[in-house]
Amino acid sequence: MKTIILRTASTYLLPLLLMFSIFILLRGHYSPGGGFVGGLIASIAFVLHSFARGLDNTKELLKIHPGFLMPIGLALAFLAGVTPVLFFDLPFMTGLWYPDHLPVIGSLGSALFFDLGVYLVVVGVTLTIIFTITESA
Amino acid sequence: MTQQLVLYPLLLQMFLSIVLMFCWRKISWQRVISIVGSIINVGVSIWLFSYIWENGTQIVLAGNWKPPFGIIFVADTLSATLVLLTAISGLAVSSFSSASVVAARLKFGYFPIFHFLLLGLNGAFLTGDIFNLYVWFEIIIISSFVLITLGGEKAQLEGSVKYFTLNILASMIFLTAIAVLYGLTGSLNMADLALKVAAIENRGLVSITAILFLVAFGIKAAVFPLYFWLPDSYHTPPSAVAAIFGGLLTKVGVYALIRVFTLIFVGDQFIENIILIMAVLTLFSGGLGALVQNNLRKVFSYLIICHIGYMIAGLGLFTEVAIAGTIFYLIHDIIVKTNLFMVSGLIFRMRGTNSIRNLGGLYADYPKLSLLIAIPLFSLVGIPPLSGFWPKISLIIAGFQAERWWVVGAIIFASLITLIVIAKVWANVVWKEKKELPVRLNFRYFDKLKTIRKAQMIAPMIFLSLVSLYIGFGAEHIQQVSSRVAGELMDNQQYIEAVLGKEQIIDHEE
Repeated sequence: MKTIILRTASTYLLPLLLMFSIFILLRGHYSPGGGFVGGLIASIAFVLHSFARGLDNTKELLKIHPGFLMPIGLALAFLAGVTPVLFFDLPFMTGLWYPDHLPVIGSLGSALFFDLGVYLVVVGVTLTIIFTITESA
Repeated sequence: MTQQLVLYPLLLQMFLSIVLMFCWRKISWQRVISIVGSIINVGVSIWLFSYIWENGTQIVLAGNWKPPFGIIFVADTLSATLVLLTAISGLAVSSFSSASVVAARLKFGYFPIFHFLLLGLNGAFLTGDIFNLYVWFEIIIISSFVLITLGGEKAQLEGSVKYFTLNILASMIFLTAIAVLYGLTGSLNMADLALKVAAIENRGLVSITAILFLVAFGIKAAVFPLYFWLPDSYHTPPSAVAAIFGGLLTKVGVYALIRVFTLIFVGDQFIENIILIMAVLTLFSGGLGALVQNNLRKVFSYLIICHIGYMIAGLGLFTEVAIAGTIFYLIHDIIVKTNLFMVSGLIFRMRGTNSIRNLGGLYADYPKLSLLIAIPLFSLVGIPPLSGFWPKISLIIAGFQAERWWVVGAIIFASLITLIVIAKVWANVVWKEKKELPVRLNFRYFDKLKTIRKAQMIAPMIFLSLVSLYIGFGAEHIQQVSSRVAGELMDNQQYIEAVLGKEQIIDHEE
């Protein structure tokens, strides 16, 4: 798969796909999208990179083992869920919203952090599975 | 603080699994965190149980969405009791696995997955939403797939394929049933469903939906025509895993059956007869299966099936006395079955085999441990005053009151078979003269273990045996709990009122 076209394209596609995945993550509150799809798109970016450049290069790029993203993502989602219980005496997973609108993001709420957690878990799981299969093949 | 109490067991298990995932490579840390976390969990569950006991059914609206639209968590006495039992078995198995599961398995995330399994169990017991129940079932089976295949031995994979196929099938049927029910009523909240299903005029369609639920939960609970996956898969994973599976996984199926058929599909004579016939056949086939097996863990697997029959029989009789018997049996069975699979693991570590023919001489080598093993074995038979005796009285009385003599006959027959099986096991494993077995190389025999590991294996057995003895000798207290649960289950208005509030029910009637 190491054709020059794919290799050249992958350098541009990686940041583009990552940005697109963030866009999908952010628009997910009311429109189609969200953490799960965003996470899948982000992992596609890295999988494409590993096809073009080889697995070792992608691992170097990632710095940490993708499996490590799973507990981080879970912890983030968990915190987004328990914050209303711990600090506001509201039921588990109640949406907390920052009153003012922010530029680009729009309303900022605990739901975004939950989705961000999902995003990280999906990236971690997908990349761990694909990397493991690639290594053993 | 206490407002959200219903969710604390769930949140604690979730927290534990996340912390354990952060310590992925540090096995010695994982052992400590898991045991300490499980002890805290028992404390939290006792707190929840005593709170429910004093203040009645509690609910939590997840995300603050009002029912019937949002997902709710409901803790009535049945749920709180089962959460407490899960915590007790979880503590025992957590300690037992840190000693008996080999490091190669622990390295691949045994403990985080184990706590995800407990999370799924707690969630299934506490949820008040039928689709959410499906999601918790998925969490349970995904975790159990990992636990049953972890290690990847050939026999294990063979067992897990059977386990996997039938459980996926059950989930699909369950999902279909939910879809049909949603099509009929437009609701997923169980209390709301109870009101809406009662108002449907097309009773034939309701019966068919009920049958779909019966088949789906029947596969999970391993009742008569649907149990074949269980004895083929439960003897393959490490005994610690088999202990939590045998103690709790089939019981989730029983719990779901009890919940659905006392709350949503009530008073259908046709379904009750089917449940009774299934129960009787389960009692026979499980008992006869246990009689001919040679592998100790296969014997216990068939006994699980046999004893599911008792609980289903109580549900089929559907009187307050019978349901009380079912609940009492459930309480007794979870503790004893967990303990028995740990016993089989201990015997495996002592002798290097689980074949009854080759075992023997346990009493000569380990007299005190043999006495410890006697407690769960004879509790299972139900020799008075041990714990298995009392629920059978309730069930037999209920059978006489309903004049279903064949059910009474089957219950007595299954007790007799259990007695024969356990007597055979006791005579062959404990009393028979020791056979010279080939010494297995690289096998961690019980005598070679460090003292702390020995303690970690024996302590949970002593703990569960004490609980069993308490259930037997303190039967009055357990009977109080079961009667109260039976009262709540027979009168489903209580549950509905607790969930929806009085005003909405009146709205509904108008």
